[in-house]
Amino acid sequence: MTERIVGPELELVSDSETGGKKGVGLSPSGLLRSLNSSFAYGRPWAITLLAIVTALIAGAVLLTVTTPATLQAWGSFFSNPIGALSATWFLVGDVYRDIFTGSIVDPPALFQAITTGQGWVAVLTPLSETLTQATPLIIAGLAVAVGFQSGVFNIGAQGQIIAGAICASYAGWAIQLPSPIHLALTVAAGLAGGAIAGFIPGILKAKTGAHEVIVTIMLNYVILNFLLYLLTNRPFRQPGQSNAISRPVDASAQLPHLLGSALPANLGIVLALVAAYLVSWFMKRSTLGFSFLIMGANPTAGRTAGIDSKRVTVLVMVISGALAGLAGMVILSGSTLMLTSGFGGNVGFDAITVALLGRNRPLGVVLAALLFGALDVGGRAMEAATGVPVDLISVIQAIIVLLVAAPALVREIYRLKATSLRSVELGTRGWGA
Amino acid sequence: MSGTGDVAWTGGVSDTGAKLIATSTVTPTVISMTRIRGLGVVSLLLTAIAAPIFGFGQPASARVIFTFGSAQSIALPQLALPVRWFSLSMAVVMLLAGVVLLLTQTRRGAYGVFAAAVVAFLWSFLAWAARGNSLNLTSVLASSLVASIPLIFGSMSGILCERSGVINIAIEGQFLAGAFMGAMIGSWTQNLWLGLLAGAVVGALIGLLLAFLSLRYAVDQIIVGVVLVALATGLTNYLTNQLLNPFQGTLNSPSTFPALPIPILDKIPVVGPVLFDQNIFVYLAVVLVVAIDIALFRARWGLRVRSVGEHPEASQSVGISVVRTRYRSVVLGGAVAGVGGVAFTLGSVGEFSVGMSAGLGFVALAVMIFGRWRPYSAFLAALLFGFSDALQSILAVLNVPIPSPFLIMAPYLVTIGVVAGLVGRAVPPGADGKPFLQQSKG
Amino acid sequence: MRVDLEGITKSFGSLLANDLVSLTVNPGEIHCILGENGAGKSTLMNVLFGMIEPDAGEIRVDGKPVRFTSPREAIASGIGMVHQHFMLVPVFTVAENAVLGFEPVKKRVLLDRALSRRKVLELSEAYGLAVDPDAIVGDLPIGMQQRVEILKALGHDARLLILDEPTAVLTLQETEALFKIMRSLADSGRSIMFITHKLKEVAAVADRVTVLRRGRVAGQGDPKTLTERELASMIVGRDVQLDVDWGKPKPSRAVLSVRDLTVYDERGALAVDRLNLEVRAGEIVSIAGVDGNGQTELVRSLVGLLPPHSGSIELDGKPVAGASPRKMIELGVGHIPEDRQVDGLVLPMSIAENLVLDLYSRKPFATGWRRDLRAIEENAERLVEEFDIRTQSVNAPVANLSGGNQQKVVVARELSRELVLLVASQPTRGLDVGSIEYIHRRIVAARDAGVAVLLVSAELDEVLSLGDRVAVMHRGKIVDVVNPDVGRDHIGLLMTGVQPSAAENSRTDSRPGSGATERLRELEWRGGGDD
Repeated sequence: MTERIVGPELELVSDSETGGKKGVGLSPSGLLRSLNSSFAYGRPWAITLLAIVTALIAGAVLLTVTTPATLQAWGSFFSNPIGALSATWFLVGDVYRDIFTGSIVDPPALFQAITTGQGWVAVLTPLSETLTQATPLIIAGLAVAVGFQSGVFNIGAQGQIIAGAICASYAGWAIQLPSPIHLALTVAAGLAGGAIAGFIPGILKAKTGAHEVIVTIMLNYVILNFLLYLLTNRPFRQPGQSNAISRPVDASAQLPHLLGSALPANLGIVLALVAAYLVSWFMKRSTLGFSFLIMGANPTAGRTAGIDSKRVTVLVMVISGALAGLAGMVILSGSTLMLTSGFGGNVGFDAITVALLGRNRPLGVVLAALLFGALDVGGRAMEAATGVPVDLISVIQAIIVLLVAAPALVREIYRLKATSLRSVELGTRGWGA
Repeated sequence: MSGTGDVAWTGGVSDTGAKLIATSTVTPTVISMTRIRGLGVVSLLLTAIAAPIFGFGQPASARVIFTFGSAQSIALPQLALPVRWFSLSMAVVMLLAGVVLLLTQTRRGAYGVFAAAVVAFLWSFLAWAARGNSLNLTSVLASSLVASIPLIFGSMSGILCERSGVINIAIEGQFLAGAFMGAMIGSWTQNLWLGLLAGAVVGALIGLLLAFLSLRYAVDQIIVGVVLVALATGLTNYLTNQLLNPFQGTLNSPSTFPALPIPILDKIPVVGPVLFDQNIFVYLAVVLVVAIDIALFRARWGLRVRSVGEHPEASQSVGISVVRTRYRSVVLGGAVAGVGGVAFTLGSVGEFSVGMSAGLGFVALAVMIFGRWRPYSAFLAALLFGFSDALQSILAVLNVPIPSPFLIMAPYLVTIGVVAGLVGRAVPPGADGKPFLQQSKG
Repeated sequence: MRVDLEGITKSFGSLLANDLVSLTVNPGEIHCILGENGAGKSTLMNVLFGMIEPDAGEIRVDGKPVRFTSPREAIASGIGMVHQHFMLVPVFTVAENAVLGFEPVKKRVLLDRALSRRKVLELSEAYGLAVDPDAIVGDLPIGMQQRVEILKALGHDARLLILDEPTAVLTLQETEALFKIMRSLADSGRSIMFITHKLKEVAAVADRVTVLRRGRVAGQGDPKTLTERELASMIVGRDVQLDVDWGKPKPSRAVLSVRDLTVYDERGALAVDRLNLEVRAGEIVSIAGVDGNGQTELVRSLVGLLPPHSGSIELDGKPVAGASPRKMIELGVGHIPEDRQVDGLVLPMSIAENLVLDLYSRKPFATGWRRDLRAIEENAERLVEEFDIRTQSVNAPVANLSGGNQQKVVVARELSRELVLLVASQPTRGLDVGSIEYIHRRIVAARDAGVAVLLVSAELDEVLSLGDRVAVMHRGKIVDVVNPDVGRDHIGLLMTGVQPSAAENSRTDSRPGSGATERLRELEWRGGGDD
């Protein structure tokens, strides 16, 4: 740190341990570098798996201590320890079983379907719902991941989803076209809406240095309120409705169902997988994607190598926004068909956690989104069956991501051999440029 | 720079020096003149909006009545003003400010001049909006102050953390957790003070978690913060549905802190009801601003905190423990934000509802940046935001033909404007957001 | 104060930074620690100052064994350190920095500013080190910041003062002034450990010298009896050739002409002041100057990273001032940046990718949008071979390479395309002797192939050895362009802004322009006034 160092070993020491001193150490290091290091430290899968297990355990504990019945059972632990344990066991068991059967498959129903050949729709419904739930998460997760890999922290996916959906909605009911063309136009409208919403923080960051974290969060509220305005005014407002709800998109602009009309799975999941493949190709093989990665890993070196950093910032935000807009379009044309004041739920924020959990790799994002989608769908089934609020799921999800973001903590909890106590897996760049 | 002795030149900044400065920058003395000219242009634009619409556009007969009423304070006579002339005189202020900003040669006081233009614009806008009506200025000011309370607590929390070099983006989560615990404990124990304490403790705990993950494991602070917000949101949502709603009567029905009028002072016209007839949170907020300013800029504690936030290696080299100092600041900052959260429930509403902080924790960060990491400036910035919030309800009452979603948008748009334009590149503490690894000497 | 270090050993991972280092500093002695970059000097000093705990070994202060777990304990024992990268908070005042960690307080918690100021004034009077206690440190020039560091240590009543490479950032005159201060401190009974890698400074100031090489003591002795050549061979472990003849240049057309170039740095301070310079094809023009006299900004504006304020830059007769970095690369300007890890490389990316960092979007490495991974890899295999980059795979992250090999990656990349002009900034900073020699050879080879080379270096030896002409830069101007064999003293004097021929005359007379505007200009330079 105080002097330049010669020799391969010490050079490594200076690289990994000197921290932010020279701007290339741990602190503003950018994602690619940190990602690589996370792989160098090994066992990311083990860490992820342990994080999930730990979070499920934590969820079980939370459930136990917040359910009056089990609390009472534990209150009389000394007189009836078996009662306390079994009450907990049954509560937790019920909840997690319902999450599983509600999101993946119900084994007895499956067995019955196999033996009788009947009821396949009921068997496939949970999985099909999981896919549908995961679809926007995959696309929006990709949006956030592209930003992360390029050194831009896009917390604005929520707003961009709504912006994309607003444009897609307009294209979906204001224009009459034959089906495939209409659908393509709606997709384009979704992409464009998100791209515009991403362009604003991008250009503000490039031109004025305004930090994208603040700007995108604020835009989320601005866009949400703009949606509320649209829903209560012509032309978006659905005629004859007193609720704040938009017109539905035409049938020709809806995403066709894949497995028959009884199951919700639609073309959106295909769109999502195509998007994942394209993003993967784009970052790995395209020249523009390469410049994104360079700016994400070391912006100073990127500028020295002739990359226009401002242009990259704007393009990253536009592409990220467009993907988020596509996610909004998929929710609209695949599921809700109408805009409501609660449109998009929490997808934009879940996308951040999905990206983090998937370590910003397209495949990782797909898997993480499937997991989160399953948890969401299963959570709803659980709430219906047991009365436990579905919000338990978001607690579990947050814990998973917290642990994934701090692998050293997981290693310490499980006494895994650690190469280094401190490792930055993911990084942003503080308030600075 | 006289009396520098036998060294020949004093001008140069060496390469290392330049880097030192680039990373741990001096207070931004370099506000670009173009930005000041830009402010001048904005002032003239405001004039161009105000003069024709609020001024000439109004019939000479239109009056606005400003009242200063309040139950306690000594009554002042009400003030009936012709809208046109009042707005036009305000427009003159904006015009002068614009001209000054366009012609000035110095950068000093530029923001003050611009602020005068903005305030003048707001006055003329208010007069226009309230034309033909009466407007109680005392209540406008009082509601502005009340609306700014969470922002004051939040920005003070941010200042405490960031002055020590840790970005606390989890303020929103600390708000929610504080609001929740305040309501639940306050309701359960029937003791508001215990609720307040619980809010502070839970805020501090989230701060501790932030510090633990970012200081011990060097996890990116912004990412930890965002995830902590998600965790706090999830937890409060879950617990609300699981516990508070089923047991509303015992767990979510605290009373609220009553207003504590300060004898005599509350009788002062205008100022009295605004400042001296409020609940504990308003007094706490004001005391906190003063206390943090003294602690950071006049006390030994603050010098060390700031040194750790600016140049941790330098602090370490004189034996100040960087990690311990940061832990302390972040935990303290968390407690402050937690108390700010309690203000949501025990300060006004009297019960917790999910997501009730509505993103104000993030707005507080913008307030902190606007205030350039200084308590008094952040306090003023919070008041400005509070005013824009209060404005929204006033305008709704006055039936101004602006749809309410746009009014709600206003503070968020102002925030974007602030981070993008007015403040320019506000310079954070030198080591803000950067992990510090103690055994790092190669 | 007498300090004994005995058997100090410290390793980082597999590298032994200090291996059984023993030495003694006597009261009133200036003890010089000499060694190359990476020889373990700074590690040793950080051990002594309590920043690093040694794996083994003992420190004795006045005969008593001590163990420091933090700098505070070292300070309490009377050890003070002036760090190479100053440990000063730039936004604090001189007084605040001087008392940090040991602040006088009133009413138990409040800072006693008056007392802090008084302490600083007393100290600066006592040691003849004038500073303004209320000045903001970040606004002070480097030499002045160093004084604050020294005052800070003295304020803690240091009886052993460690100076870590204190002259790296100073002019010759400032260095001389520093040596005077060191001598007077030593005369008052304080001990001084002075760390440097510059041979000439040892003879000038040291009473005793210890040479470190690869973490071990390579030799100790009295600098008055050791010759420079002996010291040099102790440093590198073999006989060194201090001068290499690189052959005659064959300069032809002017490639780069810079006229009246004025550049402001990122903070808006004047950095390059109406500078004129010409570099011809087939020659190396090296720029000599103390760090911070505008070299960085000159280079950055030549490669398009910092748009000039006024003046012209012509490349082969075409005006290029204000062109983007991309444009400059396309015009055939190569750039070896001064800090490879910050500007030159993307550490987590592979060697192959780093070798096309500024060429990735061009043929043959890309067709349209698509990057051609095979072409990129083939290119890497070829360059790794040609430039002797030691690695097992071109797909390994460049972070895994040693400093010398990392720099070779940068040099290989820049020289791998058709160049008109090569701008090399500190091309061998922090490298081992072998790599230095290799990179020098490649730069000269580029010259001989007809490339115009502009070399900026803080090492006078490098400037003199490589440069066919030497342009001396001071305060943003080229003071003079001389032949490298005019001698170090001549160039050293030029580096302080004085024309040797006009040295008898007053300083301002030797500069172009005069009068009130010139004076204003002076005041503007880097925001600092002249006294």
